[in-house]
Amino acid sequence: MELDSLYQEVILDHYKSPKHKGLSEQKDIQVHHNNPSCGDEVTLNLLMSGQIVKEISWDGIGCSISMASASVMSELLIGKSYQEAIKILDAFVELMQSKGQSVGDENLLEDGVAFAGVSKFPARIKCALLGWMAFKDASAQVMA
Amino acid sequence: MSVDLSKYKKDFPILHRKVRGDNPLIYLDNGATSQKPESVIAAESNFYRTINSAVHRGAHLLAEEASQAYESARENLANFIGAKTDEVIFTKSATESLNMIAYSLGNPDSKFNVSAGDEIVVSEMEHHANLIPWQQLAKRSGAKLRWFSITKDGRLDTSNIDTLINKKTKVVAITHQSNVFGTIVPLTEITKAAHAVGAVVVLDACQSAPHFAVDVKKLDVDFLAFSGHKALGPTGVGILWGRTELLEKLEPALFGGSMVDSVSMEGATWAKAPRKFEAGVPNMAQAVGLSAAIDYLNMVGMETIAGHEADLTKQLLDGISKISGVDVIGPLDMKDRGGVVSFTVDGVHPHDVGQVLDQYGIAVRTGHHCAWPLMRKLNLVGTTRASFHLYNDSSDITALLAAIEQVKIYFKVGK
Repeated sequence: MELDSLYQEVILDHYKSPKHKGLSEQKDIQVHHNNPSCGDEVTLNLLMSGQIVKEISWDGIGCSISMASASVMSELLIGKSYQEAIKILDAFVELMQSKGQSVGDENLLEDGVAFAGVSKFPARIKCALLGWMAFKDASAQVMA
Repeated sequence: MSVDLSKYKKDFPILHRKVRGDNPLIYLDNGATSQKPESVIAAESNFYRTINSAVHRGAHLLAEEASQAYESARENLANFIGAKTDEVIFTKSATESLNMIAYSLGNPDSKFNVSAGDEIVVSEMEHHANLIPWQQLAKRSGAKLRWFSITKDGRLDTSNIDTLINKKTKVVAITHQSNVFGTIVPLTEITKAAHAVGAVVVLDACQSAPHFAVDVKKLDVDFLAFSGHKALGPTGVGILWGRTELLEKLEPALFGGSMVDSVSMEGATWAKAPRKFEAGVPNMAQAVGLSAAIDYLNMVGMETIAGHEADLTKQLLDGISKISGVDVIGPLDMKDRGGVVSFTVDGVHPHDVGQVLDQYGIAVRTGHHCAWPLMRKLNLVGTTRASFHLYNDSSDITALLAAIEQVKIYFKVGK
């Protein structure tokens, strides 16, 4: 069923058991992003250690796609350098804009490639990007 | 006994579409917008094909015919809501209608206006379009915004109406039927209280006028707004109705061509209503299309449509009550309730519910339904909403109920 390309098992797993959910005390910055068309919300705490993404913690309410994507994002980016993190983020954004034509670079995106199917559902792309955009905003502010 | 409206379905070309594979389209998002019968599409298109020209201007045949078609549309709309023809104003949308009236009421030059110290009353279950214009009016004028609360079962809580509507109240702006719950508000109680203190009642009839008979005289309201596109009509046309004596007191909100009596370099005076409130070349083809939609609704009969939607609503409420982990948000009984059913599925976000239903060709609305404060109050992220029109039938409800079961299976929630 077409739906299975959207709701990969990996996504449903992350939705049921999200990683790094629950805001940590340690942070350089906190950002809050929402999606006014559907009401999904993510609050993200970011702690950098020099150029390294030391800690990402987040909380939010939203659909399986937005919550699972925030979970995958945090797992993927923690421990990476700022430069690497942005490279991964750009690759994820590019995958979301691929209209189902890309399967994604698994070496770079790991569990993130499970979201490739989302790119075929235009209404859900913003769900998948919610947590990532929160990170982009937070890291840009800290690194400025 | 339910009525069979199945013969009308063929009149709606879009309902013949197959979606997401080979599924027939089951359109249950009528609260957002309705589908259009062939006669409406033809009326709008024929306007452009045969008589297109700017109404109330040129000295030529087309202008004459277009003006006549446009004014006939106005008369038809007026009859539809039991109003005088000159009290019906064409706008671009219900949102524009409500903004216009809020703006006009906030103009100190209007002989009836809202100013500092006055109070404006709304409710917690307003659509953003009947909330934000009043918030903004309160902000501009220094008036105070107050609101009716809601009861646990999604009805308007009028227990404090005697203090809520008081001698400071100038405007009560209220929805006729909640776009989230389907609740029909106790309007008589509200109009009595409002008129007793000299306040005017602005009715948001977006969810009512397209679905059951609405008569402005019987309702005893002072202003009323609804959109054409929810009433089988085209997009780009809405209605603002107001009592003549009030329209006379109000300054217009939009200025320009067509709405004037006389203009000099220093100033201008206004034409009488409705022209006073229709600056610029209006959405003529859309007004004519909406008139065709009204003809269609009248042909089927508003009583028939309301009865049909009540049958479907009851079938869905009964069906949902038998599915564990699925809850109706709003009244569970049929008293004062229209054809809108909001529900939640335990453990599944509304957006995900909607996505699975879509896979079966079922179009519903998910999210906060432009009633964000209400969702916050209910502590919900949103709901899934099914809303009906005359072309829906019992098999649509059966399909919806079966698909809800599939949602639970897909997301592995409940039994």
